[in-house]
Amino acid sequence: MERVVREYTSIREIRGPLLVVDGVSDAAYDEIVEVELPTGEKRRGRVLETARGYAVVQVFEGTTGITPMGTKVRFLARTLEVKVSEEMLGRVFNGLGEPIDGGPPVIHGEWRDVNGDPLNPAARAYPEDFIQTGISAIDGMNPLVRGQKLPIFSGSGLPHNMLAAQIARQATVRGEGEEFAVVFAAIGVMYDEAMFFRKFFEETGAIKRTAMFLTLAEDPPMVRLVTPRVALTLAEYLAFEKDMHVLVILTDMTNYAEALREISAAREEVPGRQGYPGYMYSDLASLYERAGRVQGKKGSITQMPILTMPNDDITHPIPDLTGYITEGQIVLSRELWNRGIYPPVNVLMSLSRLKGEAFDRTREDHANVADQLYAAYSRAVELRSLAAIVGEESLSEVDRRYLRFAELFEQRFIKQGFYENRSIEETLDIAWEILAVLPESELYRIKDEYIRKYHPKYRRRRIAAEAEAKTA
Amino acid sequence: MPVVGRIVRVSGPLVVAEGMKGAQMYEMVEVGEERLVGEINRMSGDLAFIQVYETTTGLRPGEPVYGTGSPLSIELGPGLLQSILDGIGRPLSAIKEVAKSPFIKRGIKVPTLPRDKKWSFEPNKEIRPGAKVGPGDVLGYVQETPLIRHAIMVPPDVSGVVEDIVGEGDYTVTDTIAVVRTPGGEKKELKLMHKWPVRRPRPVARKFDPVLPLITGMRVLDTFFPMAKGGTGAIPGPFGSGKTVTLHSLAKWSDARVIVYIGCGERGNEMTEALQKYPKYKDPWTGRPLLERTILIANTSNMPVAAREASIYTGVTIAEYYRDMGYDVLLVADSTSRWAEALREIAGRLEEMPAEEGFPSYLASRLAEFYSRAGRAQVPGSPKRIGSVTIVGAVSPPGGDFTEPVTANTKRFIRVFWALDARLAYSRHYPAINWIMSYSAYVDLVAKWWMENIDPRWKQYRDEAYKLLLREDELKEIVRLVGTEGLSEKDKLILEAARLLREGFLQQNAFDPIDAFAAPKKQWKQLYAIMEFYHAAMRAVEEGVPVKYIREKLGTLLRELVMTRYKVPNDKVEEIDKLLNEILAKLDEAVKEYKAQTVAA
Ligand SMILES: Nc1ncnc2c1ncn2[C@@H]1O[C@H](COP(=O)(O)OP(=O)(O)O)[C@@H](O)[C@H]1O
Ligand SMILES: Nc1ncnc2c1ncn2[C@@H]1O[C@H](COP(=O)(O)OP(=O)(O)O)[C@@H](O)[C@H]1O
Ligand SMILES: [Mg+2]
Ligand SMILES: [Mg+2]
Repeated sequence: MERVVREYTSIREIRGPLLVVDGVSDAAYDEIVEVELPTGEKRRGRVLETARGYAVVQVFEGTTGITPMGTKVRFLARTLEVKVSEEMLGRVFNGLGEPIDGGPPVIHGEWRDVNGDPLNPAARAYPEDFIQTGISAIDGMNPLVRGQKLPIFSGSGLPHNMLAAQIARQATVRGEGEEFAVVFAAIGVMYDEAMFFRKFFEETGAIKRTAMFLTLAEDPPMVRLVTPRVALTLAEYLAFEKDMHVLVILTDMTNYAEALREISAAREEVPGRQGYPGYMYSDLASLYERAGRVQGKKGSITQMPILTMPNDDITHPIPDLTGYITEGQIVLSRELWNRGIYPPVNVLMSLSRLKGEAFDRTREDHANVADQLYAAYSRAVELRSLAAIVGEESLSEVDRRYLRFAELFEQRFIKQGFYENRSIEETLDIAWEILAVLPESELYRIKDEYIRKYHPKYRRRRIAAEAEAKTA
Repeated sequence: MPVVGRIVRVSGPLVVAEGMKGAQMYEMVEVGEERLVGEINRMSGDLAFIQVYETTTGLRPGEPVYGTGSPLSIELGPGLLQSILDGIGRPLSAIKEVAKSPFIKRGIKVPTLPRDKKWSFEPNKEIRPGAKVGPGDVLGYVQETPLIRHAIMVPPDVSGVVEDIVGEGDYTVTDTIAVVRTPGGEKKELKLMHKWPVRRPRPVARKFDPVLPLITGMRVLDTFFPMAKGGTGAIPGPFGSGKTVTLHSLAKWSDARVIVYIGCGERGNEMTEALQKYPKYKDPWTGRPLLERTILIANTSNMPVAAREASIYTGVTIAEYYRDMGYDVLLVADSTSRWAEALREIAGRLEEMPAEEGFPSYLASRLAEFYSRAGRAQVPGSPKRIGSVTIVGAVSPPGGDFTEPVTANTKRFIRVFWALDARLAYSRHYPAINWIMSYSAYVDLVAKWWMENIDPRWKQYRDEAYKLLLREDELKEIVRLVGTEGLSEKDKLILEAARLLREGFLQQNAFDPIDAFAAPKKQWKQLYAIMEFYHAAMRAVEEGVPVKYIREKLGTLLRELVMTRYKVPNDKVEEIDKLLNEILAKLDEAVKEYKAQTVAA
């Protein structure tokens, strides 16, 4: 685009967040616009449609107060950009990337289009390094790898922020000292939520390695759409040009999707499911796919979007379309939370699609143990609801052992403290203790050699034998 | 002369240009100063409505639009295998080189087939100057990869008399290898490659019924819901239920000769995975690296949506091309729903009347057109050859609701339905194929193959096992009311046998080196062993032995039976027979012991 700024005063129509500007014939699609009100107030906008004779402009901050008379519309001959640099770590910005922490503006840096470009699948490197989060429900069952996009599906009132914070604090790739840089985008959240994270990052000292982008619930919808793009543009810069391992936390994607719906409605587009636009899948993908690793580069982007499922409904378009794009999901359960279990991870509904890569890099029995825990726990949950109807006594002896297993699994394996950081070995050892409740012939997901090596029965025997050998 | 017009409007991927009289519907055009690739999908007066295959950011009214005079086409020739193409056939590795960036930049022009690579051409001795040739006649061969001998054919729209043909030697795809004088007197220079419009099916001589199974190595598919070579299938399921893993397994293990894998609006990493791992995995049928028989087409979810719509056609045209050489080709598309959504998005921009859930009214006919490009056929030309295209499409229904338009319409045009079930996936029953909802119209057609090549009892055992699973479902309803202890001993045994079938047969771990691929012989032995145990145990139960007793006595052996999945490789299937004999002997013993006990008591 040649960089020539053009100015018009010919607003023909104002509709919702849209301005139709007449007499324009050379607006570029996606061009950024500055709108100056007669009061001198400036707002930003973007060209949604350009034609010979008119342009349709979407105003970020909304059109309230704009009058067709005396308002100037300037076409800025560039797309929406943000200035990115390492200086941004340790700082707090608004959704457009402007400092709001009272500090100086970002001085050095490069302007980047916030929309980015799609990563070439032929240039990606498949994610593979196991990230130990210290949380058994995740590491044991659905381990995460560096460069993965793994969302938390939560519900209102559930401790997703706590969990995300615990992960951000504990996450490490073992054998490597380096820390994550954290890029945190709060999208349309309440003030106290934003402050929870800020305080948390300050207390843990992580703030120095964190860039925060905050838009609050009262900010206009268009800004909410821009916020994650600004954050991801910085993340890409840090990961692929500054060799950093970046953890991006996006919260709350439900607010993002609602902004998308609001704007789509204002544009009078044909709505899809529950009023969300038909292109929401592609739009969300344009964010979530900005994660991963690249061949020949050291850095990586690991994404952890957080969303609250309206009415705890996983089939709602927001979690549904997210799950179709992300590499798994961690689903929180109100039922477990009500029973006092933190982190209340519904392991059966949770999934890490890249767990296989992690299993290859942890302990040999990990994959089998996780598989067996799944098989046993899902059977146990089924039996539990059966027992609730027909009574425990009409279950077989083996089935009753499954019930006992489920109890231990929830109380010993899933449940842990906010400050409890378990190594993967600790997690697997707990798993074995619990599996030992079941008859050995039920363990058909675990290879014989691992049973002999890790099953407490054989371990104890071995330890006893070793002790005996020593004394002898 | 191709037309040159001017942009009058830009809205997302849709561009309207004036001065386009003389252009054709579906003509490929170059849009704007950067010459972005686009395709005309509506004409109205001198206005052309163009869907642009690259992002339109920065385009303005007044910029030029250049016609090309031809419809959206793909280059067909040696060099397709082992490549990864975007939705309109540009190699992504070449884009990476040109862009000098891991990100896809737009306006990059790279040909589908490498221009500098020389292929060693071995002419067909029967074709001499003066010979009459027609569509599909094989002019010679190129060994494209160690696995695939690529037939260089007279294109479907050319016939005439050969004036000249080159001898054995090395040629690039653009070198002339033969000259043909057409009946109209025109001289046509034939090369190793030709172009074909992707939206037009390549003709066949005669279509046949699919009668050969496509062996996938997945037990639940091959034994219960078989696919046939030249057949059509859909695999619908909510997110995380196993669509992609199943399609990858098909691509990895099935006995097709050429695989076209279309990643249509899905994850970038899934394509990267194939690209990085397929060179390492071995084709179980030949022992060669899998990539040597594979073509990847990637228009991932973050790539421009219009090219996603085109990717399906690009893929199926390539599949037809290898079919024309006489190969059995498998095309998998992940996911057809994303393609349908691309269609919806473009239709919306064109302000077309939406039908169900915003999809255009022609959704069903587009799906029908796509799936009808599958089939087993005699292809045109000599030597005589039979080839097939098998199509399997993933469907991603919103919220897992199978009544939505894409799933519902797809069902009308496919013959195999592999329904994935979130509940099975949550309990890690993989592949999460629901055996009550799934079906295959090919069971009777392929039974002949199984009975002739594997075992004459195949159909009988398969049907019995299937009934057992259906019976289990009914019994589970009863258990929900009375608990397991309230069932008769026979019914308890049915539950036990069904559990063995589920754990030891239906379930299959796609990531276990041994379990991932079960050859037909192994599948049969496993099925036979489980059913024979069931038969013998039923006799025992009829003689009064309780199921609980059998389970206690045989528990470890039954675990072994399930573990044959992981423990018995395809070349050691006799071990399953041995295990079965052990089980039967132990069962005999248990019956005797039990009777002795009861007599004593
Ligand atoms: N998205 C839009 N928002 C507001 N006004 C528009 C928009 N699109 C077109 N117009 C106006 O309506 C006029 C008619 O243009 P046309 O493209 O035929 O749209 P429509 O068929 O929707 O009326 C245009 O000249 C323009 O002034
Ligand atoms: N046959 C299988 N064996 C083992 N794991 C499987 C199998 N099928 C699916 N899975 C598991 O389910 C996850 C989701 O499968 P995937 O095919 O990606 O789902 P979808 O494409 O339907 O969203 C995989 O990451 C894998 O962990
Ligand atoms: Mg998938
Ligand atoms: Mg009109």
